[in-house]
Amino acid sequence: MFENLSERLGGVFDRLTKQGALSEDDVRTALREVRVALLEADVSLPVARNFIKAVEKKATGAAVTKSVTPGQQVVKIVHDELIAVLAGEEDGDPGKLRIDSPPAPILMVGLQGGGKTTTTAKLAKRLKERDGKKVLMASLDVNRPAAMEQLQILGTQIGVDTLPIVKGEDPVAIAKRAKTQAGMGGYDVYMLDTAGRLSIDDELMAQVEAVRDVANPRETLLVVDGLTGQDAVHTAENFDTRIGITGVVLTRMDGDGRGGAALSMRAITGKPIKFVGLGEKMDALETFEPDRVAGRILGM
Amino acid sequence: VARRVLDDDMLEQLEELLIASDMGVDTALRVTANIAEGRFGKRLSVIEIKQALAAEIARVMDPVARPLPLYSKKPQVVLVVGVNGSGKTTTIGKLASQFKAAGKKVVIAAGDTFRAAAVEQLQVWGERAGVPVLTAPEGSDPASLAFDAMTKAQAEGADLLLIDTAGRLQNRADLMEELSKIVRVIRKKDPDAPHNTLLVLDATTGQNALSQVETFRKLADVTGLVMTKLDGTARGGVLVALADKFGLPIHAIGVGEQIDDLAPFDPEEFAAALTGLAVE
Ligand SMILES: Nc1nc2c(ncn2[C@@H]2O[C@H](COP(=O)(O)OP(=O)(O)OP(=O)(O)O)[C@@H](O)[C@H]2O)c(=O)[nH]1
Ligand SMILES: Nc1nc2c(ncn2[C@@H]2O[C@H](COP(=O)(O)OP(=O)(O)OP(=O)(O)O)[C@@H](O)[C@H]2O)c(=O)[nH]1
Ligand SMILES: [K+]
Ligand SMILES: [Mg+2]
Ligand SMILES: [Mg+2]
Repeated sequence: MFENLSERLGGVFDRLTKQGALSEDDVRTALREVRVALLEADVSLPVARNFIKAVEKKATGAAVTKSVTPGQQVVKIVHDELIAVLAGEEDGDPGKLRIDSPPAPILMVGLQGGGKTTTTAKLAKRLKERDGKKVLMASLDVNRPAAMEQLQILGTQIGVDTLPIVKGEDPVAIAKRAKTQAGMGGYDVYMLDTAGRLSIDDELMAQVEAVRDVANPRETLLVVDGLTGQDAVHTAENFDTRIGITGVVLTRMDGDGRGGAALSMRAITGKPIKFVGLGEKMDALETFEPDRVAGRILGM
Repeated sequence: VARRVLDDDMLEQLEELLIASDMGVDTALRVTANIAEGRFGKRLSVIEIKQALAAEIARVMDPVARPLPLYSKKPQVVLVVGVNGSGKTTTIGKLASQFKAAGKKVVIAAGDTFRAAAVEQLQVWGERAGVPVLTAPEGSDPASLAFDAMTKAQAEGADLLLIDTAGRLQNRADLMEELSKIVRVIRKKDPDAPHNTLLVLDATTGQNALSQVETFRKLADVTGLVMTKLDGTARGGVLVALADKFGLPIHAIGVGEQIDDLAPFDPEEFAAALTGLAVE
């Protein structure tokens, strides 16, 4: 549906002959196209703006090598910078979770329908099968109809225990019960799946703060729809400010969206993107790979 | 009142305001170009500029703001489709409640036979709305459930049959074919059905909504849109691009998780919220 960056820049640079170095004007013309490409890929406006500034510095005066066109040169600079931002400073495995000192709590938060419950179960399955962990899952969702049953059914499917459902209990009480049960039951990890909430819903945000204070999670993962548009900036800012997240999971990356939300999330929270969801099945979860997502954002 | 000249700088700022609402670059450029006509170089207050923008957006949206049409067909079949988690099941609960309150006899079919507890979720909504929910076991064929539901709704003399479906991404050819099959099977019972196929869009979705509408329209004959989650910080600007490109009616918007949180689409209100005029 949208032109990729190389195609865009191809047109811009057709009239340029290889001149040895990229002039300021060339770079500015090219970066206008890059900006449009990023916005069409759903990168949030303020994030796109800052990204362009960073690229401008690197690109101006950069030598154009004989083997590539100026267009290709700019694409490469943009691509490299994108990977650098997406990867961040962390070294090693993005999928590594801080789950030493059992029972380690993991708190899952996010907007309505983003994929928290599904991702909770996928992660539990991964921890059980790849890391040999004994995992307990608890649903703190007292809002959405049958949310607790949903997690319970998934638990049965993947062979992971769920905290018994007690109707009428509030989320903080459920979190306390999960903590106790995880301690007594010899679990390595307990996962708290929460109800979806708007980042501006003061009451529900306060509720999840209270849950956090009870559980002291080792990881607080923000689960975000990979198809998210400009709203990514609000979600990232508000959830991180109020709850303090330790990482991001991007879901629905099996869709044909361009995934610009990845850059927005990373740039705004400064927290690593740990996993991507690639389908509805319980094994459709992979660790985040910056180069793949970078290529996708640029449509290449 | 402070006034500013409507110049290129100003237009760029307006473009960015619209882009930040998910309108997309092309549509944002077109909308700002339209309001610049006859106003470029003039001195205007911020309110005047925003009012002009809002009026332009409302003008584009006016023709697509249409409630769900009701027919004398018995039952009128409403198929609800969309990507995962967009709000289909919740919207069905809200619609059922509204139609019931309007004196209609409503039946719901739980066509999501795939996702964990999808049926249980819809059953709760059925209870809340006071409407029966027809179900089939998990993993069974949604097309045959739809067929059975048609038979039952006809036998019971229902006015409306609302059919829920599992969420599916539009690039999943197999799942889109499953949806086409549901439509084909429904048409065996009534060649005019489904009388409405509602595509439910999530307001937080960005430019991918264009691809969603394009594909669902092609494979499931979408007749109208519902946008959910407009009670959040997302402005839903992509609706303007969609109105421009496809012209599909927008029947309602979701503004919360409660049963009454479904509102008619109001172009003026939408435009005011989108341009930030509502909070000035
Ligand atoms: N295609 C695809 N679907 C997904 C993915 N992750 C989750 N889903 C689907 O998205 C829908 C919503 O997922 P849930 O796990 O219920 O989302 P949630 O965030 O728990 O929703 P609430 O609890 O209502 O806020 C379901 O249909 C899931 O099957 C993914 O990576 N890809
Ligand atoms: N804030 C808000 N939340 C909504 C709205 N509509 C639906 N939701 C929430 O979004 C989440 C997903 O809604 P569902 O109705 O389960 O979505 P769905 O499209 O049926 O999901 P799948 O069947 O899994 O594809 C739930 O937590 C709903 O409560 C709305 O208008 N505003
Ligand atoms: K939107
Ligand atoms: Mg959930
Ligand atoms: Mg559903």
